[in-house]
Amino acid sequence: MAVLLPDTVDEAVRHLTAAPESTVVAGGTDLMVEVNDGHRRPSSVVAVNRIPELRSWRHDPAAATVTIGSAVTYSEMLVGPLAAMVPSLAQAARTVGSPQIRNAGTLGGNLATCSPAGDGLPVLSAVGAEVELASAAGRRRMPVGEFMVGVKRTALAPGELIVSLTVPVVDGWQGYAKVGVRNAMVIAVASACVVLDRSRRTVAVALGSVGPTVLRCPEAESHLAAALDWSTLDVAPAELGRFAELVSEASRPITDHRSTADYRRHTVGVLARRLVRRASSAAVAA
Amino acid sequence: MTTTIGDGDHFSLHVNGIRCEVTDSWLGESLLDVLRDRLGLLGAKGACEQGECGSCSVMVDDVLVCSCLVMAASVVDQPIVTIEGIAPIDAPSDVQAAFVEAGAVQCGFCTPGLIVAAHDLLERLPRPSETQIREELAGNVCRCTGYGRIIEAVQQVAVRRAGGGS
Amino acid sequence: MTVVERVTAPAGAARPGTIGTSPTRPDGVAKVQGRFEFSSDLSADGCLWGATLRSPHPSARIVSIDLSAAWQIDGVETVITAADVPGAMHYGLIAQDQPVFASEVVRYVGEPIAAVAADHPETCRRALEAIVVEYEMLDALLDPERAIDASHPPIHPDGNVIRHQRIVCGDRSATGDVVVEGTYEIGMQDQAFLGLEAALAVPDPGGSGVELHVATQWLHEDRTQIAACLDLPVESVRLVLGGVGGAFGAREDISLQVHTCLLALRLGRPVRIAYSRAESFLGHVHRHPATIWMRHHATSDGEIVKIESRMVFDGGAYASTSSAVLINAVTHAQGPYRCPNAVVDGYAVRTNHLPCGAMRGFGVVQACFAHESQMDKLAAACGLDPVEIRLRNAMRTGDPLITGQPVLNVAPVERCIRDTAALPLPDTPVGGFPMEDGALDVMRLPGGAGRTADRTDIVRGIGWGVAIKNLMYSEGFDDYSTARCRLADGVATLKFATSEVGQGFVTIAPQIARTILGVDDVVLDRIDTQVGSAGSTSASRQTWMSGGAVDAACRTVRERLFEHVGRTHDVDPLRLVVDGTDLVDTVSGWKMPVAEASAGVVIDETVEYRHPATGELDENGQGNCHTAFAFVAHRAVVDVDPELGLVKVVQIATAQDVGRALNPLSVLGQIEGGIAQGLGLAVMEEIIQVDGLIRNGNFTDYLLPTFLDMPDVVATLIEEPDPHAPLGAKGVGEPPCISSTPAIVAAIRDALCQVDGVGKPLERVPVRPSDICL
Repeated sequence: MAVLLPDTVDEAVRHLTAAPESTVVAGGTDLMVEVNDGHRRPSSVVAVNRIPELRSWRHDPAAATVTIGSAVTYSEMLVGPLAAMVPSLAQAARTVGSPQIRNAGTLGGNLATCSPAGDGLPVLSAVGAEVELASAAGRRRMPVGEFMVGVKRTALAPGELIVSLTVPVVDGWQGYAKVGVRNAMVIAVASACVVLDRSRRTVAVALGSVGPTVLRCPEAESHLAAALDWSTLDVAPAELGRFAELVSEASRPITDHRSTADYRRHTVGVLARRLVRRASSAAVAA
Repeated sequence: MTTTIGDGDHFSLHVNGIRCEVTDSWLGESLLDVLRDRLGLLGAKGACEQGECGSCSVMVDDVLVCSCLVMAASVVDQPIVTIEGIAPIDAPSDVQAAFVEAGAVQCGFCTPGLIVAAHDLLERLPRPSETQIREELAGNVCRCTGYGRIIEAVQQVAVRRAGGGS
Repeated sequence: MTVVERVTAPAGAARPGTIGTSPTRPDGVAKVQGRFEFSSDLSADGCLWGATLRSPHPSARIVSIDLSAAWQIDGVETVITAADVPGAMHYGLIAQDQPVFASEVVRYVGEPIAAVAADHPETCRRALEAIVVEYEMLDALLDPERAIDASHPPIHPDGNVIRHQRIVCGDRSATGDVVVEGTYEIGMQDQAFLGLEAALAVPDPGGSGVELHVATQWLHEDRTQIAACLDLPVESVRLVLGGVGGAFGAREDISLQVHTCLLALRLGRPVRIAYSRAESFLGHVHRHPATIWMRHHATSDGEIVKIESRMVFDGGAYASTSSAVLINAVTHAQGPYRCPNAVVDGYAVRTNHLPCGAMRGFGVVQACFAHESQMDKLAAACGLDPVEIRLRNAMRTGDPLITGQPVLNVAPVERCIRDTAALPLPDTPVGGFPMEDGALDVMRLPGGAGRTADRTDIVRGIGWGVAIKNLMYSEGFDDYSTARCRLADGVATLKFATSEVGQGFVTIAPQIARTILGVDDVVLDRIDTQVGSAGSTSASRQTWMSGGAVDAACRTVRERLFEHVGRTHDVDPLRLVVDGTDLVDTVSGWKMPVAEASAGVVIDETVEYRHPATGELDENGQGNCHTAFAFVAHRAVVDVDPELGLVKVVQIATAQDVGRALNPLSVLGQIEGGIAQGLGLAVMEEIIQVDGLIRNGNFTDYLLPTFLDMPDVVATLIEEPDPHAPLGAKGVGEPPCISSTPAIVAAIRDALCQVDGVGKPLERVPVRPSDICL
């Protein structure tokens, strides 16, 4: 076994090209669980936690985007200008594990693991983030919705590294909500992110833990976009109710030891409805 | 420059200000296992192997983490502080003293991790509200105390550090 | 914020470190510095690692076991199976029905089949993987009712019913104007101590004996069972208490003890075994899942006329303490209430589930959830509020149980209820007070950081639970504890085998010695089997039993000191007393510091303390089977999100009958910690098994209450010293976790009832979000 600690993306990519079976580790919060229980014995590990490009984020005001390095931790997303620009990501980050986990776990790791319950993933989907990947062949970008293929399956090619996520700074309202059975340190039983983009007059709803990967709700989105008063972000109760039904209908939950399919289906509808209600109250308050 | 650690290589960790050579370890080992089994630092405890209990909490590069989820070989060159490095044995820290006095210790298994986490909390938030204490320490599970005396201990330290009481 | 009120303040200013004060733990500094040595921290020169191969099937015949590949692995020192057990092939606390290693059949997922010793845990893991066991699947018995109706063939030579006990009391045909009934289910809870099972066995040269350092609740009982399996004389097996990281009942049974000793004796080298969390879930017994049907008859003004109940406890594959757990359940069916007539039928049965046994509350937790849920139904049926129905039926000292046994202890049930009711309700609004920026404190709402709710989504409910709990061992068990006190030059040294599992006996034992002997310096000797048994650290018994033994040993030493001083200073020993740190002649007023009086003298006394004998239950469940009782009341305030089914417990108020608080801070620690475990059972903790397989045997999915789940606790200690208790002090460990659970569930029901006037029955714990909202 070998552990490689590159300083740059190019070096990391060189190692991954030479040994495509290598495991990339950033915070270690997913990988080490598997290593500790003996399920995983990586032959080669590339630790990316000291690559400055991956550890930083930058705002591009002209493009109205923020690009977040894949090794930026949840704790770093929770505070300051980053949290102000992508508030739903900050809200999602706050629900991840414990302070210890948030200090180590990264956005890139969340995406690479691609668990159906990954807390950052509904946000990335709803805000329309793009992922940048680096390999020996160069760099490429794709929408996260295409990158997330299934349960713990992504479009990451052998030898490829997640470099960053570029997230639009949305003009409008966004929010994230997550249900777990405990008030802290809990894996999502169901989660939802709602983004109301005022300038484009579009609605995005993304759901976690109710399908093999993050699900969008196209019918619910277009229903709400039509029903919403875009100046007040208000919506008639009946239309909001219908929106919640459409969200529930878009889910494809299963029953497991954490909850039942019925509860998950019910819950995402309630969460989506409450998030829109929250948007309306925020608009009133503003 | 890539630092490469291969099979059979030694690597060194900087623990509590001391450079420690790690030999004979399997490179995938967690920092917790290396601290306990290779370096003989038994203060950090393992109780879940999944980052769900906080008993193994240590500081790496001034950041509070679960050492069970850190691959030891990935933190060479980074300063590590364990419970053994929090305060000298003959001069317990204010947090340590408050835990003992306030009845925050029962079986004590979660205690070393909590002491490290409480020190970190009070560094970042010198006057935490009760809710902040609860949120910031939520990664440290205690099965004996129900947390009440631990909150009391942290509050006592905050007050004393602010000069509000002996 | 937590408030503690002591109803009875200790008389005068007690000397620091004596009874009634709260000195710090003697092991406290070592624990906060990470220097305290837990059993998982132990090692020895040349030590090998051991590990256990476990069954992946709930019910199967073992066709063959092939160890050859494991033996071939470099670093593997030995591999053992049932064929290598020299002595008794089975162990068990009450019935010896559990194999050291399964040899013919496996009866639960996780049952040990073989053990290996090797140079490293990783080598052990590979060796276990290399062992090939061929199984023939058998039909698993997973429905306790099929154990009772005999429709499933016996899965063990001892049969499928571990124990059946009925109680018939008074007029079984009595009826009431008001009848309420329900069927209640309690899920399987795990003790989830943080300090995982670990032990170090060091063999004597030549294999003539072994020293085992282990975290356990009862050194001597372990020793008896281990010695039988090793075929060694008891005195050749020496146990030393390894630092114990919590217990809560899970360390009463043998887990890794015999395996570790067998490996060490086989190899002539020290061996340590340390369980992982996943293995721990399989390696110790759990709280029994139970189904309890209960029907109450009452007069129209709410006086209980009769209770009927049928209780089924799923004991899992082996007996452990199931028979005693069952007896606790059936004999506590009435709760802390007068009840003239009763028909109760209880079964503890064997299934192919994980074995169940002791956990804090020991059968009474299950019974209490049923009877307290029933009391609320009765209150509703009679048009009374939950407090009034409980006050009308509250048991008093001298009242009989449905077993015919009179409750001779102080029984301040009414006071528990009234004092709890008098505690302030939380002054915080739903969601807490706004934060500095005016925003809602989401961490105070159900759902927490998940931001699932806004204030208008939340309803607040209040609920009650009251409990009676027996203390010490029952049914004629010869229950005793041993303590040795040595006084020399003003220093008292105490020796006992009482397991310190975190509860704080190491704090109160010196308090007792300081009080009785008037010395300030008390040294604790190592906790091991080099002194007589202390009995188990369970059943809320050590303050009473080992406290009683330390008290008696110190008093005996004091008498000897009086005699010595009488001889050397020509005073009548009968006139001497200890006052503070002085020895005083009550007639002349002559005094002398104890330190001076004991200079150059060595007095060494060992005393066994026994509580009065208890009796058996007859076939109708009649008999004085219990030793003593304690009482407690809980009031829960809970914020509920009815639409999502999420819950935040806001406050628990409690008044607990403690007899006398020897160390008030320790008592508070037991109260808060017990409530946390009661909360866990109420809303989150359950081991889920599907087809006999555990689905959540880890801390990611077996959820324990965190800082953010625990409410404020407001506690009052009711101190009415019990004349039967050696120090007036009742055990305090179990009551907090018993009626806190039904109180929380009642509060959820109350909140839901406010929403639609109907609510939900919520007859199962833990209450799941879907139980509330779907």
